[in-house]
Amino acid sequence: MSFDAPAVDYAGISPLIALTAGICVVLLAGVFDRVRGMVPGLTLLALAAAAGLLVWQWGEDKALVAGALRLDELATAIGLLAVGAAIVALLLSLGEEPAVHRAGVGEYHTLLLGSVLGMLLLAQASNLVSFFVSLETLSIPLYVLCATNLARVESLESGLKYLIIGSLGSATLLYGLAFIYGGSGSTDFAEIGQGISQEGVLGDPLVLVGIALVATGLAFKISIAPFHQWTPDVYQGAPTPITAFMAVATKAAAFAIFIRFFVVALAPESGDWDVALALLAAVSIIVGNVGALGQDSLKRLLGYSGIAQAGYILGGLAVASEAGVSAIVFYLVVYAFMNMAAFAVIVARERETPLGDDIGAVAGLGGERPALAWPLTISMLALTGLPGTAGFVGKLYLIEALVEGEFTWLAVFIAVGTMISLAYYLRVVAAVWMRPATTPGPRRTAGEMPAIAGGSPEADPLDPRAGSRWYLAGPAILMAAATVFFGIVPQPLVDFAQQAGAALF
Amino acid sequence: MSNAVLWAPLAFGLIGLFLPSRLSGWWAALGAAVTLALAAYLAIDLDTGAGLQHVTDITWISGLGVHYSIGVDGLNVFLVLLTAVVWLPATAFAAAREQDRGRLFFLMLLLGETATLGSFLAQDLLLFVLFFDLMLVPFYFLFGAWGEDRPGTTAVGATTKMIVFTLFGSLLMLVGAIATGILASDGDITFSIAELQQRTLGAGSQDWLFWFFAVAFLVKMPAFLLHGWFPDAYRVAPLAALAVFSAVLSKVGAYGFLRVVLPLFPDATVEFQEIVLVIALASILYGSVMAFTQTDLRLVAGYSSVAQLGFITAGVFALRPDGADGAILQMVNHGLVVAPLLLIIAILSERTGREDLRELGGYAVRAPVLASLFLIVALATLAMPGSANFIGEFYILTALFQAKIVYALVASAGVVLAAYYGLRLYQRTMHNRLPAGIEPRDVSVHDGLLVGGLVAVILALALYPNAVLSKTDDAARASVAGFAPEPGPTLSRAPE
Repeated sequence: MSFDAPAVDYAGISPLIALTAGICVVLLAGVFDRVRGMVPGLTLLALAAAAGLLVWQWGEDKALVAGALRLDELATAIGLLAVGAAIVALLLSLGEEPAVHRAGVGEYHTLLLGSVLGMLLLAQASNLVSFFVSLETLSIPLYVLCATNLARVESLESGLKYLIIGSLGSATLLYGLAFIYGGSGSTDFAEIGQGISQEGVLGDPLVLVGIALVATGLAFKISIAPFHQWTPDVYQGAPTPITAFMAVATKAAAFAIFIRFFVVALAPESGDWDVALALLAAVSIIVGNVGALGQDSLKRLLGYSGIAQAGYILGGLAVASEAGVSAIVFYLVVYAFMNMAAFAVIVARERETPLGDDIGAVAGLGGERPALAWPLTISMLALTGLPGTAGFVGKLYLIEALVEGEFTWLAVFIAVGTMISLAYYLRVVAAVWMRPATTPGPRRTAGEMPAIAGGSPEADPLDPRAGSRWYLAGPAILMAAATVFFGIVPQPLVDFAQQAGAALF
Repeated sequence: MSNAVLWAPLAFGLIGLFLPSRLSGWWAALGAAVTLALAAYLAIDLDTGAGLQHVTDITWISGLGVHYSIGVDGLNVFLVLLTAVVWLPATAFAAAREQDRGRLFFLMLLLGETATLGSFLAQDLLLFVLFFDLMLVPFYFLFGAWGEDRPGTTAVGATTKMIVFTLFGSLLMLVGAIATGILASDGDITFSIAELQQRTLGAGSQDWLFWFFAVAFLVKMPAFLLHGWFPDAYRVAPLAALAVFSAVLSKVGAYGFLRVVLPLFPDATVEFQEIVLVIALASILYGSVMAFTQTDLRLVAGYSSVAQLGFITAGVFALRPDGADGAILQMVNHGLVVAPLLLIIAILSERTGREDLRELGGYAVRAPVLASLFLIVALATLAMPGSANFIGEFYILTALFQAKIVYALVASAGVVLAAYYGLRLYQRTMHNRLPAGIEPRDVSVHDGLLVGGLVAVILALALYPNAVLSKTDDAARASVAGFAPEPGPTLSRAPE
């Protein structure tokens, strides 16, 4: 009797192995007092190893783990984006004393790595089972991370809210996946495509319901309106480095599976779902931009702005073309640069002033703190899509894909949404350059947020020099510089996005 | 060469960031002077009739078909020169004064120059849109951070309103530009304006694309009904920045019609000719009436610009060669008169702390130099025969008479009204009784040279308008070549 050992492509799953090993080591290191100080370093090492292995695997196109995963340029590109976002979030977490230490250094970093692992898996998933498992691997650590600032009632609220809404989204998704399995008879994306193309989506109400439920579930994750209500609260309550990580990486990973599932499994029927997605995008653009208008909390503002930006990006999926997918990848990368620059500045000001993430905390920065004022300004101008920044090229790319895909009306929606968005993005710029610095009054947090669970927010130490620390100023300046650089020399990033986009077609 | 003109201001601005604050202003003025020298070389070197020159055309984003393509021809060369001419005195004017956060101020001023030059030089539709949008960024900062709050409006509020209005137009234009490239493509997507001109768009597409562009341009000018942003912006803006803004940026809109709209959407242009003419005439009448009822000096200058831009638009939409010639000449003329006008207002405001006609007067007694400069500017504004403005308006009216006689009659009323508000402005500030509390002093040598320099250009152009006309004529003809069915008697050359 002969026994065929399954062939394991260790090269292909090497980034996953690096992260898993990192999880074990970091968790253990967090237990021992003597090595606890090394935890951030070890986490960085694991992430850097994963990034290096991903770069090494760039250009591969192969099925892994018996077809459950597919390693191609799209997956690698999104994986790199998630790892990069995690590295920045890790830097921003240095010195985030309350959240990191109350939750435990080892646990905090383990959860972060676990979430990144989920994102890498999700970007590669090409099977309904691996799809759902990796989505949960991504989400569950995030629910906990949102609540790591144990002394703040808002942080706990944020974690709980995210858990409940996230579970609802996951349940909806799972229900939808079951319908699709029932309708097509397979769990493999490619086979689903063949299964349903025989009679068409419209011919089979089961599949149609399934698609609607899957789209809804994913819309929860990406925070597409009208499934966005959790976003501003969760963004505001979570520790800011985690908010930054969620805003950038979760969105990228969820878009990756959104693209892969719809383009690979449902491609034959794109004529049946493209208008629905375009409508969702349009609603999201309007709701996000209007919602952001009156926000004084910068994290809420970026939360709403993220809803609108997700709407722009979803437009690229509605056209379901190679250009559309490339535009999405391009925009997601640019979006990461823009948002990370802004969040780094917000973190710095949160630690320097008692104003938290209120817009007053950045008022008057322009006069004396150029290293913080410029990154925030560039980020806001880029999110607006003004030329000279990568945000402009990103919008250009998306609009070109939309017009080519005969969704010009959605392009007009993007233009109108951008116009609305000016009002709030420029409000931040105006605060930075055109308003005097706010004189910090008594700590705003004291009255409104009761101390709970043995800690008190008043005791959170301020760090008046936070803005000049390398791990905050560095990412802020680097991300802003990248935003400007790719606004002027976009070609390398365009090539990158085109390779990623071509992987599916 | 056109690259040097385009990027010189920004390069100087960026280097200026590393200089001591007190030097940054003079360094910026040096940058503007170098740019002027380069632009003058471009203008002198231009070979009339040889089409696009000093061309740089490299692929910028290959996947999207966007080229970095710039060049000079008869249509834009004098607007480039105007930009450089106007920016130098404005920069030097600001340099002589203490500026809060000076390095940043001059960086923004010079970035504004690069962006404006870029939108004149761009030969790729998307590059044009890029520079068109980029112009907003420096002026947002200049108006918002260095502007002053006025009763009823704050600098930040007024500036935000300006940005939202103008970006509304230009974002639609971005969509329109991309759609133009894609709809006109026969396989390969291009945004080259010259290339697109060879391809034809369906009449249905032209209709909506026309308006996507036209709205952007009309807001920028601003034209009647789309001018809501401008009074507040004019009231809060720092005057040195406002001088270049008013003199040059509004022209980008009119230039856009000649460069983009007329050649690319000829069918729609004919179809909507009368609507745009009505808007232009409404701008002339509304601007003129407002200009002689307002008492705020800035608003008088602002509304007179609305009227003048109405004239220019009417000239463009006469769709005749002499109309286009007159429009280009008038763009240069208006830029040259409104810049010194605003600088004079700045001087008056500095000396007296007043910007209201009712509180001023009698200044000429003790300030003869300033008064004479002002008088020349005022006479040029009202298109006194002998001034280049007269020739510009004459061309425009001739073209209008031949194209649509009714509109010409109404537009003529604008000429009369211009005389009224131009003289009123001069009289109420310089003549009449000297109000209490004002000690008139004549203009300083430095400011006198700056304003005097601009006035000298006005006079030179009045003596020899052919300098402009002879070089622009071919290009102007080309941009309206698709129209004007029966060649009527046209004035191709100014009387020498």
